[in-house]
Amino acid sequence: MQKFLSVTGMAAPMPAANVDTDVIMPKVFLKGIDRAGLARGLFHDLRFDAKGRTRPDFILNRETMRDVRFLLTGPNFGCGSSREHAGWGTLQYGIRALIGTTFAGIFADNAANNGLLLISLGEDDRDRLFRAAGPDGAELTVDLVERTVTCGGLRLAFEIEPSRRQALMEGRDRIATTLQMKEQIREFEAAYFAEAPWLARGGAA
Amino acid sequence: MQPRTLYDKIVDRHKIRALDDRDGPGSQLLLYVDRTVLNEYTSPQAFTGLRDAGRDVWRPEAALGVVDHVNSTAPDRGGAVEDANAQRQIDYFAENGRDFGIEMFDVLDPRQGIEHVVLPELGWVLPGLVIAAGDSHTATYGAFGTVGFGIGTSDIEHLLATQTLTYTRLKTMRATVVGDLPVGVTAKDLVMALIRGIGADGAAGHALEFVGEAIDTLDVEARMTICNMSVECGARVALMAPDDKVFDYIAGRPRAPSAEMLARARPVWQALASDAEAVFDREVVLDAGEIAPMVSWGTSPDQSGAIDGAVPDPASLPEDRRRDAVRALAYMGLEPGVRFEEIAIDRAFIGSCTNARLADLRDAAAILRGRRVAPGVRAMVSPGSSSVRRAAEAEGLDRVFIEAGFEWRQSGCSMCLAMNDDVLAPGERCASSTNRNFEGRQGSGGRTHLMSPAMVAAAAVAGRLADVRSLASREM
Repeated sequence: MQKFLSVTGMAAPMPAANVDTDVIMPKVFLKGIDRAGLARGLFHDLRFDAKGRTRPDFILNRETMRDVRFLLTGPNFGCGSSREHAGWGTLQYGIRALIGTTFAGIFADNAANNGLLLISLGEDDRDRLFRAAGPDGAELTVDLVERTVTCGGLRLAFEIEPSRRQALMEGRDRIATTLQMKEQIREFEAAYFAEAPWLARGGAA
Repeated sequence: MQPRTLYDKIVDRHKIRALDDRDGPGSQLLLYVDRTVLNEYTSPQAFTGLRDAGRDVWRPEAALGVVDHVNSTAPDRGGAVEDANAQRQIDYFAENGRDFGIEMFDVLDPRQGIEHVVLPELGWVLPGLVIAAGDSHTATYGAFGTVGFGIGTSDIEHLLATQTLTYTRLKTMRATVVGDLPVGVTAKDLVMALIRGIGADGAAGHALEFVGEAIDTLDVEARMTICNMSVECGARVALMAPDDKVFDYIAGRPRAPSAEMLARARPVWQALASDAEAVFDREVVLDAGEIAPMVSWGTSPDQSGAIDGAVPDPASLPEDRRRDAVRALAYMGLEPGVRFEEIAIDRAFIGSCTNARLADLRDAAAILRGRRVAPGVRAMVSPGSSSVRRAAEAEGLDRVFIEAGFEWRQSGCSMCLAMNDDVLAPGERCASSTNRNFEGRQGSGGRTHLMSPAMVAAAAVAGRLADVRSLASREM
């Protein structure tokens, strides 16, 4: 997992509400057994028409967005299917953080597990940032150490859950961290199955 | 002890330790997960991760795999699929089952079906459990008083390796459903009305518990429909306190605990309810008696209305919903003011983990008996599981569907998300008993109208969206 400290780059506004993971990563890109090749699928049906031609009006197809690093998103971004391919494809496209108000739960967990930073702003700050970036987007800097978003003369502070921030800054292996607690898990399990024998092996009919 | 909600009781029971110094919603904890179900499309990278790190599965008997997303539903299907990539997913899935000691149901297994239909019918979903799985509709299990929720692939890997998740406790929300559903109105209509009322993010960040007489009256399958689709208003978890209907549903199923063990479990399960004084972070009240059969008109599940209504004028909607409504109507090829019952369809689909259990097929068959699908409409039914398919055949429902002009297909997720070859062509309009009407969900450019299985049957017969209550009158 790539560490996130401070990143500067272009931000593309995508203000629609309830952008779902079917739109972020259409089903034809879900047929792999590895994580590779998903940048091509990101927002595929918005980037390309049915004949595979580029849709010039879509924000990510503009020349200025060639090296896009951020999306400015509408509420409930990432709703729907649990497909982690949506998060993988976003990162593979080069996007490092999404800045909006709310994100759907599974999408947010997936993002955290892969080092994609999600920033939830209050609606007033979100509006100020969208105004600062304008409809064509703008360059901005996200600093996770300082917890700030800077766009031109606008500087916004954001909150993030401390353990998520730490994990993003360190690029940590979560499974290794949990396995350090394996004795506790075993002790829990022993007591748990003693109290609920219908769940233990042999409890089934 | 402080009064607690059902959700908090179950989470507390599965809390191994705190992971921060906070308490309540937003706090992090190490959560023990009882069981999981795996599918062929969200699990492969999790197993590759385990292989790369040289890790074992913590408790292989706590996982069960079933092929459901990419397989064919052709009536005469074999074990293989034409799509080479899908076949690779199926093969790797089987290989992972063999190498890690996890039981897998392949396409031809008589127990194959949609994961969230298969687990309950095996008797493997029990009250008070935590079940996390790589599919958002894992919330279905809330009908059993189980905390079920969807996770991504990284968390599947974490769960397989440790039997735990690093978990953020949710806020709680209670939906009280008073009154009774009118004749011809189903659990699907109830949950669609709720989603419309509170919005696609109305329960985001919450565990949503349903209470009230309308819920008590419903059978377990209908309750599953509600918990399943609660995901579409943002609920990560949906819950209902288990009752005798649930205990009776479980008893005698293939993987259910023995009668002796069930007797021991019962008092524990009967205590699974929110305390009378428990405080929820949010409350919403719904009057079941005011609900009519629902249809969606847009590309988000909250864009819906009662069948006797019309496509709304975006200008009449709250300001923050207007722009999305304009875009949705353009995608759907609909004009404001068009009566729902004037909207002609090309396809009809009955299937999905929301609405393809035996009761759903009976509801649809009751409408179709002695009727024919309208000319020009292609209609399909994909039973929720191979067991549901056999049970339906045993009572002759397959004949009803076939004689009405429906294709009687095999089981799988099928055209709910169109990962296999059951796909809408661009511009095709489908009446669908599924859960998501997102752009491209049933095929790039396809147009989905969500509704109950009986409403799909009515639409198939009419060739346009139709009010099931007008067709059903002679049965009622």
